[in-house]
Amino acid sequence: MKRFRRHGQESQRDRLKQELFQFSKTVEHGFPHQPSALGFSPSLQLLAIGTRSGAIKLYGAPGVEFMGLHEENAAVTQVHFLPHQVELVTLLDDNSLHMWTLRAHKGLSELLEIGRFTLTGPPGAPPSVTRVTAVLAHSSGELLLLGTEGGHVFVVEVPGFRELEERNISLDQVSSSVPDDYIGRRNLEHVEALQENPVNPNQVVIGYGRGLMVIWDLETQRAVQHIPATQQLESVWWTEDGSHILSSHSDGSYCRWSVGGEDSKDEEEKSDIPYGHFPCKAISKIVQLPTANGPPFLVFSGGMPRASYGDRHCISVIHSKTHVALDFTSRIIDFFVECPSPSAHCDPSALVVLVEEELVVIDLQTEGWPVIQTPYLVPLHSSAITCSHHVSSIPLKLWERVIAAGELQLTHYSKKPWPITGGQNLAPDPPQRDLLLTGHEDGTVRFWDASGVCLYPMYKLSTAGVFHTDTDPNDNMNQGTEGEWPPFRKVGCFDPYSDDPRLGIQKIHLCKYSGYLIVAGTAGQILVLELNDEEAEQTVEAKVVDLLQGQEGFRWKGHTRLDVREEPVLFPPGFQPFALVQCQPPAVVTALTLHSEWKLVAFGTSHGFGLYDYQQKNNVFVKCTLNPSDQLAMEGPLSRVKSIKKSLRQSFRRIRRSRVSNSFPLQEANARLEAELAEMELAPVQRKIEARSSDDSFTGLVRTLYFADTFLSDSSHNTPSLWAGTNGGSVFAYMLRLPPVEHRTDEPITAHPAKEIQLMHRAPVVGIVVLDGHGAPLPEPLEVAHDLSRSPDMQGSHHLLVVSEEQFKVFTLPKVSAKMKLKLTAIDGSRVRRVGVAWFGSSRSEDYGESGLVVLTNQGDVHVVSLPSVKMQVQYPCIRREDVSGIASCVFTKHGQGFYLISPSEFERFSLSTRCLVEPRCLVELPAHSASPTQHRPQPDGATSAHRYTHFTVISHINSKYS
Amino acid sequence: MNKNHRVPSNRSLSAVEVKSKFGAEFRRFSLDRSKPGRFDEFYGLLQHVHRIPNVELLVGYADVHGDLLPINNDDNYHKAISTASPLLRLFLQRKEEADHLAFGTDSLTRKKNTVLSAVLLRPDPNRKKPPVIISLPKDFRPVSSIIDVDILPETHRRVRLYKHGQEKPLGFYIRDGSSVRVTPQGLEKVPGIFISRMVPGGLAESTGLLAVNDEVLEVNGIEVAGKSLDQVTDMMIANSHNLIITVKPANQRNNIVRSGGGGGGAASGSSGRSSDSGASYYGYSSPGGIGAAASTPSHIIQNFHPEELESDEDDEDLVIEAGGEAELIPCAPSASYSMPSLPRYEPHLNLRTAAAAASSGSLAMERRSLEEDGTVITL
Repeated sequence: MKRFRRHGQESQRDRLKQELFQFSKTVEHGFPHQPSALGFSPSLQLLAIGTRSGAIKLYGAPGVEFMGLHEENAAVTQVHFLPHQVELVTLLDDNSLHMWTLRAHKGLSELLEIGRFTLTGPPGAPPSVTRVTAVLAHSSGELLLLGTEGGHVFVVEVPGFRELEERNISLDQVSSSVPDDYIGRRNLEHVEALQENPVNPNQVVIGYGRGLMVIWDLETQRAVQHIPATQQLESVWWTEDGSHILSSHSDGSYCRWSVGGEDSKDEEEKSDIPYGHFPCKAISKIVQLPTANGPPFLVFSGGMPRASYGDRHCISVIHSKTHVALDFTSRIIDFFVECPSPSAHCDPSALVVLVEEELVVIDLQTEGWPVIQTPYLVPLHSSAITCSHHVSSIPLKLWERVIAAGELQLTHYSKKPWPITGGQNLAPDPPQRDLLLTGHEDGTVRFWDASGVCLYPMYKLSTAGVFHTDTDPNDNMNQGTEGEWPPFRKVGCFDPYSDDPRLGIQKIHLCKYSGYLIVAGTAGQILVLELNDEEAEQTVEAKVVDLLQGQEGFRWKGHTRLDVREEPVLFPPGFQPFALVQCQPPAVVTALTLHSEWKLVAFGTSHGFGLYDYQQKNNVFVKCTLNPSDQLAMEGPLSRVKSIKKSLRQSFRRIRRSRVSNSFPLQEANARLEAELAEMELAPVQRKIEARSSDDSFTGLVRTLYFADTFLSDSSHNTPSLWAGTNGGSVFAYMLRLPPVEHRTDEPITAHPAKEIQLMHRAPVVGIVVLDGHGAPLPEPLEVAHDLSRSPDMQGSHHLLVVSEEQFKVFTLPKVSAKMKLKLTAIDGSRVRRVGVAWFGSSRSEDYGESGLVVLTNQGDVHVVSLPSVKMQVQYPCIRREDVSGIASCVFTKHGQGFYLISPSEFERFSLSTRCLVEPRCLVELPAHSASPTQHRPQPDGATSAHRYTHFTVISHINSKYS
Repeated sequence: MNKNHRVPSNRSLSAVEVKSKFGAEFRRFSLDRSKPGRFDEFYGLLQHVHRIPNVELLVGYADVHGDLLPINNDDNYHKAISTASPLLRLFLQRKEEADHLAFGTDSLTRKKNTVLSAVLLRPDPNRKKPPVIISLPKDFRPVSSIIDVDILPETHRRVRLYKHGQEKPLGFYIRDGSSVRVTPQGLEKVPGIFISRMVPGGLAESTGLLAVNDEVLEVNGIEVAGKSLDQVTDMMIANSHNLIITVKPANQRNNIVRSGGGGGGAASGSSGRSSDSGASYYGYSSPGGIGAAASTPSHIIQNFHPEELESDEDDEDLVIEAGGEAELIPCAPSASYSMPSLPRYEPHLNLRTAAAAASSGSLAMERRSLEEDGTVITL
């Protein structure tokens, strides 16, 4: 009987679990890693980015985004939207073509792959015959012209991918008609470019690698005109009125040819090498756009003088007398110019440039061509991300102040709205305001609006101003000397160079109620900052804290402390530092917490931890946790790696000073490092089986710090306390005595050691939580004061939850004795890497919810563990276990969501909650008026024609696992 | 698990009769069973009654099974007192003449003529210390044991290593490898975890129950199949205080041979054995070939109780409570705290495991000699 009853309870619990927990990866934030292709649909107002890992991402208006993944793990080399259709074609590295469509389903669009195709040449033909080098999606929306390496042009009917052999344009057909005087009639080489005549869809220009261009009439199947360019061809552009063709060449020149119809007038009208005299690099793409009244815009990429600026990544924009060479910090993938309405003659509005590390949009209608701030695709990694911190439910007041501070930083950006406006965002407004803070290697902290699908940059804080760094003040890359030629202008914010690695941010803690922010860095610095709406000039008071407490026999072998500016520093509106703690030895800060009500900061390194009173600007106490025999802790963690990095960085800076900002040496160095790592992996692997001992290295490293108002000494009086957990499985508890509020500024705070727990299994302590009488985690500081949480239950007995890498253990308080535990490592061999407390609301009943522990293991699985009973609730695979940096970057929200880095530049967002879910919900429809006037036949309906497709593959847009 | 086993059972008489022998001399006296006192007091008493105040002694006694066991600390002294029925027979030796090998199973009964006479009756002053001391049985703590022999297939061995608080390292390494299994589809190569190295002097080596190239099948009752090397490493380390590993020994010659259909106790094991017979046959039939042809039985019955696994660790988290002052004052010991000053040992040992540990020692010696030629190459 008993067994049956229990079974009933379990199934009830199972049902409840289904109402509370559900796992999904919802959206990818940031900039796609290694983009390789760009496409744009003027009719849909969507841009598409293909990546080297085979992903295809579509973006429209903010919030409208789709994601697909090719099954082949091959790079996307070209993306073409079918004109006036919701389909797009991708060409992969493996020469396969893929058809994607945006299909509406239950009022929401989904990106689906609906067909794939590989050219089959005549039997026995070499593979080069069918190797696609150029793709033209014909404006009829029914034809695809595929130029190949062998010089042929294949015509394929889309979206079904049916080869129309009779319409193919073979090399023989073309070369037979080439005028005899075209030098030696040598091989024409591959098809480099295919362009359609904007006013006559029957005419296309075929550009061959050798330079020859042929205007071909699709209807009559013969050449109309030959353009005998003699330089290697890079790109072709047919002007808006169909009267001219522009060609760009590998010697840095471009030519303008007039299209004379039947009588071949093959004189080049104008030829120019814009950065001439000395040998120049190729102009890889050229675009000319008319304006309503005035000279056209000419935009081209490359063409820089080879010797002096051959390594620059430039796009030149020439309009009337204005000529600017936009100088990007990473390689240019592709660009396009956006016009408000393609049919009507009006000025181009924006230049959209996809470079290797970011998307830059230039406003061409505002004087000075400022950059438009991107609402998505923001390079998270403009400096490498070193840590992140998430704060849920930001009060409106703080939110507005952060936005206001951020807006002041955007003065040099364009005021124009985002020019890409496709689709409708149907996602409901986010229920709360969430902030994601990322710490970076260069000492900056970036604030992101993480409430919705778009991770929007709000504000950037730099901590470097507090210190003297070895930055050369003259090393300003933006300085433009008058009359410089080419007229460079630096654009883009991707800047991976950190001037001083010690500035790197390691830990962040923001109190959303008080607006106090603490950040801690690589050189043991802890800055306390306060939000100020005005700019202020102030001196930051530094306090050096000796964590070794005079222990003899230690010599720090790592980096030195940062040098603090002693003179007053002018801080802009926003978060302004007012107090600074510097740990001695200046090791990386490994744990940090803030109690804004008590005005206390606790910090820890591999040597010990301390408590700082930022009201009195005084250190309260220090506890050294270092094992006297642990010499490795004095090496400065990773000091060897650091020194390699340092030397690399210095050489980069040298390179940079010599005006060479090429990303290839970095890639090479990375590749070399990776190869070395791979080699290390190949060494015969064996693992030592040994119990942990107190003599292991880094046992003293402080992993977690926690403030709690709880029962430490007796069960009737609760007192403020500080808890610290170390790598060696020790927990230290200190009882804090705070003076009454009226004497807070003059009476000292005292701390007494109250308890010390040494876990038998000695695994690192990664989390400490005190549970109140109801078994709920204690509220955050000031949370009760702001009436946002019920007060903790101080009547019942409190419990202490210690989370080690191996197990979860609940102890009674005030007398510490083990009550419950949940073993993890002993059971399945996985270890806790990240842990957080989250609240899960039920999807069925509005008022039911429970707190739980969210856990990420080193196997990449996420678990939810119930509180206070510490029982495993659910488990989902989330991150590949080999993806160590992804696992290390994971951060949980207070409502059961999380973020982790899937590449240096992208966060994956996931949700464990059934109630709290942020995912793109959007609809893209073909605009009714967009049907081109040249189109005579009615368009087949997308939904019905899908049945004809030979190959049917469904890849949902949330499929985001890169493999 | 409460460790206060010090109070002897009340069913016995209050006085213990003691017969102490040193060389050829006997002394008889009695002790209060309920108040045995401490070992050092007892040691002083022995020196006093034998009138050898400055002689370093090694104290041994004969337990109920006739084994000669040492008395050298409070715990085994109390054990000796509490188990004496009714006579406690003591054998004293000079420390410098002591023969450590004498202690152990059957040492009094079977080898009476050799060991006892040599040690106790005619102590030879010229006799040198034995050249090799395998391990000095300092107390009754078990070091290792083979368990669940009755339910495991013959080709497998479940070894329990007792780490406790002792200094000796566990001392072995594991690696990735592959083993061949017999499946309905034929032979299949599957990844496995193997012991790759033993640390000389480590616990694992000293037991002799584990050897290089043994395939690890389970850790504390959990199958390792499908787990990575790092996962298995972490599992072993997490269980290091009481590690139970089930291996398929590379050397299958020392397997425990059970008399087929003998006792009723084998009933539970027979099913496991028959299901695995193919594998064990294969294991034998491939000398020097693909050795560890292990097929893990799909169902694994465990004899050890889960509480047993949990037992020692739970209350051994060390808690230091401080008073109002800054100094750390250890609080009064209570049942749930174990203090650092107390020797950590396992009082709830049962004689079964102790005997197994002792017997495994002799078994180990045999094995080591066999290991030389008995290694099987594993892919």
